[in-house]
Amino acid sequence: MTETDDDRADAWFHALADRTRRDILRRVLAGEHSVSALARSYDMSFAAVQKHVAVLERAGLLTKRRQGREALASGDVEAVRSVGAMLTDLEALWRGRISRMDELFATPQQAPQPPGTDHPEEE
Amino acid sequence: MPVTDVRHDPDTLTLTITADFAAPVDRVWQVYADPRQLERVWGPPTHPATFVDHDLVPGGRMNYYMTSPEGEKYYAYWDVVTVEEPTSFTFRDGFALDETFARNTDLPESTNTYELAPTDTGTRATYVATYASAEALQQVLDMGVVEGSSLAINQIDELLAS
Repeated sequence: MTETDDDRADAWFHALADRTRRDILRRVLAGEHSVSALARSYDMSFAAVQKHVAVLERAGLLTKRRQGREALASGDVEAVRSVGAMLTDLEALWRGRISRMDELFATPQQAPQPPGTDHPEEE
Repeated sequence: MPVTDVRHDPDTLTLTITADFAAPVDRVWQVYADPRQLERVWGPPTHPATFVDHDLVPGGRMNYYMTSPEGEKYYAYWDVVTVEEPTSFTFRDGFALDETFARNTDLPESTNTYELAPTDTGTRATYVATYASAEALQQVLDMGVVEGSSLAINQIDELLAS
């Protein structure tokens, strides 16, 4: 991962770490919503909802456009897909573990111990 | 390569990996039952794992840390839920605050199910990990993100050795 990727990941996970923002994102991924319509869906001030929308926008998960006096927000499907890419990174960790197990099985064991035997080197 | 199948489910933040090992079920089980073997495979070569406590029984605790090349330690634990030796166990994998291994409640745990089944050639292992939130996933990645490059090197080594 490059520095920029890391910065983007930080921004995504910060944005997605909040329940209201995840809910806003679900709505705007399904279709464009005006910020004022979104604000009516939550038991919080218009300013608070606007702030959540701004966090999602800075993280690149949501885009906004103006239509007259309305600000319309829609979700960025590509960016949301990047969460899937995170799972791919995790897959790499797992593939490493499995590959190390495979190597372990390929090397002859020194003094195999039956299960339940105490290991003298253990603290 | 022993990995035979990988499935991602971004909606439920679940990762399912299937691997076929050329070793009998009892031998694969031993890796999890023996902390010295487990730490040889759990952490990436750059972030080796050290298991301080190891109790693979229902309700048991596994406490471990991983050490970064800079010497920074990441403390984590498993809370073992069920154990069906030698074919399956389930546990919650979480992050600890420090060397006391007290749970870091700011971070959700992941739920894990490991299953081992005999095959004609050895063992089929199925690993299912479910992350409660994107945040939890990020922490795991912070610990394991270096793995990609070290894994690539391992694969080259294996290729040259074969």
